[in-house]
Amino acid sequence: MKRRDFLKSAGAVAATAAVSAPSVIDTAKAQSRQETMLIVSESGPNNLDIHGVGTNVPGYEVSWNCYDRLISHEMKTGPSGQAYYDKDKFKPELAEDMNVGDMSATFKLKKKATFQDGTPVTAKDVKWSLDRAVSVGGFPTFQMGAGSLTKPEQFVVVDDHTFRVDFARKDRLTIPDLAVIVPCIINSELVKKNATEKDPWGLEYTKQNTAGSGAYKVSSWVAGTEVILERNDAWVGGPLPKTKKIIWRMVPSAGNRRALLERGDADISYELPNKDFVELKSAGKLNIVSTPFSNGIQYLGMNVKNAPFDNPKVRQAVAYAVPYQKIIDAVLYGLGQPMYGKAPGAATQVAWPQPHQYNTDIEKAKKLLAEAGYPNGFETTLSFDLGFATINEPTAVLIQESLGQIGIKTTINKIPGSNFRTELNKKVLPLYLNVFSGWLDYPEYFFIWCYHGKNSIFNTMSYQSKDMDAFIDGAVTAAASGDKATYEKDVKGFVDLAFADMPRVPLFQPYSNVAMQKNVSGYQYWFHRRLDYRALVKA
Amino acid sequence: MAIMLKRMTLIIPNLIGVIIVTFLLTRALPGDPAAYFAGPAATKESVEQIRKSLGLDKPLIVQFGSYVSELARGNLGNSLTTGKPVLTEIKNRLPASAELTLFGLILSIVIAVPLGILAAVKQGSWIDHTCRIVATAGVSLPVFFTGLLLVYVFYYILGWSPAPLGRLDVFASPPTQITGFYLIDSLLTGNWSAFRSSLNQLLLPGLTLCIFSLAPIARMTRASMLTVLASEFIRTARASGLDSRTVIITYAFRNAMLPVVTTLGMVFSFLLGANVLVEKVFAWPGIGSYAVEALISSDFAPVQGFVLTMAILYVALNLLIDLLYGVIDPRVRLEA
Repeated sequence: MKRRDFLKSAGAVAATAAVSAPSVIDTAKAQSRQETMLIVSESGPNNLDIHGVGTNVPGYEVSWNCYDRLISHEMKTGPSGQAYYDKDKFKPELAEDMNVGDMSATFKLKKKATFQDGTPVTAKDVKWSLDRAVSVGGFPTFQMGAGSLTKPEQFVVVDDHTFRVDFARKDRLTIPDLAVIVPCIINSELVKKNATEKDPWGLEYTKQNTAGSGAYKVSSWVAGTEVILERNDAWVGGPLPKTKKIIWRMVPSAGNRRALLERGDADISYELPNKDFVELKSAGKLNIVSTPFSNGIQYLGMNVKNAPFDNPKVRQAVAYAVPYQKIIDAVLYGLGQPMYGKAPGAATQVAWPQPHQYNTDIEKAKKLLAEAGYPNGFETTLSFDLGFATINEPTAVLIQESLGQIGIKTTINKIPGSNFRTELNKKVLPLYLNVFSGWLDYPEYFFIWCYHGKNSIFNTMSYQSKDMDAFIDGAVTAAASGDKATYEKDVKGFVDLAFADMPRVPLFQPYSNVAMQKNVSGYQYWFHRRLDYRALVKA
Repeated sequence: MAIMLKRMTLIIPNLIGVIIVTFLLTRALPGDPAAYFAGPAATKESVEQIRKSLGLDKPLIVQFGSYVSELARGNLGNSLTTGKPVLTEIKNRLPASAELTLFGLILSIVIAVPLGILAAVKQGSWIDHTCRIVATAGVSLPVFFTGLLLVYVFYYILGWSPAPLGRLDVFASPPTQITGFYLIDSLLTGNWSAFRSSLNQLLLPGLTLCIFSLAPIARMTRASMLTVLASEFIRTARASGLDSRTVIITYAFRNAMLPVVTTLGMVFSFLLGANVLVEKVFAWPGIGSYAVEALISSDFAPVQGFVLTMAILYVALNLLIDLLYGVIDPRVRLEA
């Protein structure tokens, strides 16, 4: 064969191959497409184990779907008809029965439960896993501590299938804290086999491998590119999921994620700009579910230790100067819950988040600022995290413009994502935008972290108030002992005080937005705001 | 061979310099990796704990010492963002970037070189103007814009192109790994569906890079052809009655190739770096997007690994081009 002939025929082969795909492949593809969910998001996990050092939020999603907890939450109907976790109702997951006593809770494990390698789940594994959570340090230990779960001695193996948690003290957050992502049950023998002297908890192994009893297992993970999860057919934690395979692809460009959805190639995506969600919603080709962050607020924080924000009048003036509605309209495209403008005289609710009584009122703001001794205003900087620039940047510009009207000249300080937390934790930024949301949806939980005088890192304002601490401590004690009247009084007390002193101005409650194809159903909103694959169905 | 050895010894001080500079530069970056990886709920103690476990509490010189000794053993460290060893990541990702870049470059050569030659031969004609317009337009459009535009037209509106989801269709499995270049591997193993899928996926990002790199190649070809065409030996060749095809291809182009090859080397190395944005747009699992991601989260090890790899590539490329000179034009001697 001559060279030219060869080239010709090779070209012809390539051309026919490109035009007509063999039909066998097409049917196989269609079938696997039917049982596969293709999820696209901006970023992927850096660690498959939530106990790992510095596991990022996408990593939580893997943990949630690949591991079981003793208990989980029932579902209820959410604000716009979506399935929404019921914070008050628990259902057994690995446990088949939970018995809460005065100072302990006893769990009977499901006898049929096995880990993904076939070994049965025993109380020993449960103890080892919870011991690990309170011992490894960092975020998991911190989260366990939020429910007064701090010492390995609290976790007791009664027999192979019976397990007891002893309470350190009465705390109504202990049981809910057992249903968050952190207290996941790990195959202790498998992990111990892969542990080393330097790494007694086997964190290096679980970073790359899932070792749980959950509904899915990670079959392949290419960091920054994709995660592939396969269903565990032996799962006993709940009804067998309908989706056999999850392909989770990282698509950094938001425009392409949207194009993939609109073309019908991707099944689900979140992390799109609000503008895209609004446009997709009005186009009507996709299902868009928007849910307010449970127990989460975007706020404008002020450093109350230093002048001028040490003066409550200055802070109130700022609260009157913020263009709340403009932010919701122009920045969020309406996808946010207003947190301002409570009607004057309306009663404070026993709830959180709830709106405060401030409105955009430049005259009032000017008057307050003059009373505070700054009739000509002052200069300051307004900082925000560039990692969330789509929301933060326009919000900062609107606030800058508005504060300018009352004489406060602000310079905008954009801090790169990798550096924002460091800067924030120094607690020296005078004025900044930030979000806080708590997994446990209780008002006192939010206030312990954000307003209490013990000055946790979420009290970014360094706010100190004896009265505030008394209200918060009172509410925690009352909740533990079931004293409803005192609890309600104290919750109203701390909410009113937070709005009077205004160390941080709540701007809005952000929405968690998810876009999916019309034939995808079963989306559930969870406190962690990540996807639960177990309920997803593709028609 | 002796020449190569001599060149190799010259490379070593270069690389030492690169190692020191990248190490110092990454440490000089703002941002505290310990605080970043401690997560939002970290206390001061847990940040310190992480700092210690990352070895970031030690003095710089000690950190540098341990970095170099690890490097000598071929260990580039672990990435904190992806959680995997940097060396494995680079090994897996470099072929993806290289395949894309080479594909784009070859596409570009195939278009730009004939265009440049024609423009030079028919100077001032409509071809010359087309060449000028195409080159100017290509180089003045930012790559991410061209990329997004192509995706919008060919994927979103026309639906001709597959979803911009990396190197293969989501439901296709990669060919058996031989070179890491999917096109070559699938051809070697006769895996036609993988070949088709990867070629389809390559087209748009390759075209994006091609458009961007047309200008330097086309312009350089044209300029260097013009110089050669004006020289006396061409006039002699023409006067001797050789047909114009022989004159242009055999005599003129061969002599005009030298500067073109130099340009190609430059274009290739800047494409390798510049395709960061293309990789972002097409969710391409390459080395550029890896490095940027690492940079954003002040993850030192991958950044150092990336710069080192690029430096080695660059040096190797220069060497290759120098050697090519000798092949193209035996008069070029490397001692100079």
